[in-house]
Amino acid sequence: MAKVEAEIGKPQGGFMQWIDDRFPWTATMKYHVTEYYASKNFNFWYVFGVLAMVVLVMQLVTGIFLTMNYKPSAAEAFASVEYIMRDVEWGWLIRYMHSTGASFFFIIVYLHMFRAMLYGSYKKPRELIWLIGMLIFFVLMAEAFAGYLLPWGQMSYWGAQVIISLFGAIPGIGEALVEIIRGDYSISDITLNRFFALHVIALPLALVGLVFVHIVALHEVGSNNPDGIEIKDHKGPDGIPLDGVAFHPYHTTKDLVAIIIFLIIFSFVMFFAPEMGGYFLEHANFEPANLKATPEHIAPVWYFTPFYAILRAVPDKLWGFILFGSSVLLPVFLPWLDRARVKSIRYRGWIYKTALIVFVVSFLVLGWLGTQPASGTYVLAARIFSVIYFAFFLLMPYYTTVDKTKPVPDRVV
Amino acid sequence: MDKLIKLASLIASSWIVVFVIATPAFAAGSGAELLKADINPGRINSLQRGARNFMNYCSGCHSAQYVRFNTIGKDLELSDEQLIDNLMFNAEKTFEPIVAAMSAADGERWYGKAPPDLSLMARSKGADYIYSFLMGFYLQAGSPTGVDNLYLPGTSMPHVLWGLQGYQRAVFSEHTEAGVTTKSFEGFEQVTEGHVSPALADDYEEFVRDTVNFLAYIAEPIRADRRKIGTWVIMYLLVFLIIAYMLKKQVWKDVH
Repeated sequence: MAKVEAEIGKPQGGFMQWIDDRFPWTATMKYHVTEYYASKNFNFWYVFGVLAMVVLVMQLVTGIFLTMNYKPSAAEAFASVEYIMRDVEWGWLIRYMHSTGASFFFIIVYLHMFRAMLYGSYKKPRELIWLIGMLIFFVLMAEAFAGYLLPWGQMSYWGAQVIISLFGAIPGIGEALVEIIRGDYSISDITLNRFFALHVIALPLALVGLVFVHIVALHEVGSNNPDGIEIKDHKGPDGIPLDGVAFHPYHTTKDLVAIIIFLIIFSFVMFFAPEMGGYFLEHANFEPANLKATPEHIAPVWYFTPFYAILRAVPDKLWGFILFGSSVLLPVFLPWLDRARVKSIRYRGWIYKTALIVFVVSFLVLGWLGTQPASGTYVLAARIFSVIYFAFFLLMPYYTTVDKTKPVPDRVV
Repeated sequence: MDKLIKLASLIASSWIVVFVIATPAFAAGSGAELLKADINPGRINSLQRGARNFMNYCSGCHSAQYVRFNTIGKDLELSDEQLIDNLMFNAEKTFEPIVAAMSAADGERWYGKAPPDLSLMARSKGADYIYSFLMGFYLQAGSPTGVDNLYLPGTSMPHVLWGLQGYQRAVFSEHTEAGVTTKSFEGFEQVTEGHVSPALADDYEEFVRDTVNFLAYIAEPIRADRRKIGTWVIMYLLVFLIIAYMLKKQVWKDVH
């Protein structure tokens, strides 16, 4: 091992030396891949970062091919999607990969964020990684929202109509802001064109840039682990963390297994249930956008529904918007809301464990409620679970302080 | 690692649960419960008959503008001659799509609303809905077409298939509770008999079922292929999984 490293470290002439004199290839590979040490006890929850990366690349590549046949115009968009589905060779596969990928992106990102909550990955010294990650999440939401308008189906149109009009609730500037977003007095060809520009250029660029920064920040401080221990505190004589193993080949081979398992699950959905019962591709979206006919029941795609349920739980338009916005923004403050002295759930007391379970339940129930019509009991349920959602964050400084924690071992168990 | 696999299978099984829950998620238009279409997309005879039914009874008014004749020919094992002789009443070349004989403007003038394109009807409303709709016409005095539909009340579509189904009357019962009268559907009563020629189908139900089967097929012609390809992809990935798992085991064997 040491001999191999010495060889990589000091290339003697040749092509690699020529490159390394001009670009830090070997040094970069060592820093980020072959000599990036991460804890050896990563579990299931640690695969979602790399899976998010896989889906990002898949969305970028399939997106490029979709753009080759898609027409961003109100008159042609819907027909061009059907053209891709029926007449373009393998177009259906590219389109289903992209539409299924969008939903899986959110499943993965939600699980990735949940991992951070399980093991306190947002806590010092990783606050900035968390903040960049939240920024990625916001850009991803904008990206998905813009993308959902592009097929120009009934739900594309009316979903966008509902969500964009929310900004009208902001006092003073609301109406003007809505017009700026739409570029028109209603959602039109102009809106479709600018959403296309945002979806294929502006937001993906931002996304890729932020993901790069996210990883640079991660590699600076090092990955957390299920024990919430800083493995850099215990290094061997060679300067390598005793509980760490190199990203390559150890974590790469482990991640490969996870990626294949993911692809199997992904393939099941994509090949056998690409509509996912109307959740991934909504039935109403197989009708072209019709300005004159509102669908019976408008619901955003599933990944926005927890926040949408909170919005609808509030009877007042402005307050609904404020609480909706806060519910999306609140997780940003987790590094400072959480006062516990330990990171991992393994060493936390029963209060945090209970709070986290209740939070997950409320998030899932809100998500389901957001897909349902806002009638009597459902609104009441949405109010109750909204209160729980906010209580989880707002009471956190208190309950994480009083919660009894267990002693954290020095080394990874 | 075993833990990882266990958890992954947990996720997979939870997905199956979600899938099962999520399947019957079409929004029903009116209060009436939909009938089961019970179509079989694997039966090519049924699809061929459905294509014939569609072109003879539907395509005068309804387009299927995203569907090309040669796609139908390829998938339903029909030769170009068969397509031209039996299905292409309104088209010259086999690569042309199905366009209604009636223009949309005429449709709007005559019926108040242009008959919708049927390419994707089975994906937006579901096969059960179309089946129910075609079974659900009943005599209604005062309606411009003389009929109404149980599953789409107020429809401007006339009962085009009356010759096959005959006319039926809907029986409703009325309940008054706290001053509010609600009508509930009890059943249909046959008024005039229809006639389905044996060359067309065994009975009206089968005629409708074949037609709906065809509509479900044109909504996503690639459906059968994607399932076939998907099976191979997953089998390949399973083999790849074994190899990747062995590789991981080998690499990690000295880590304790």
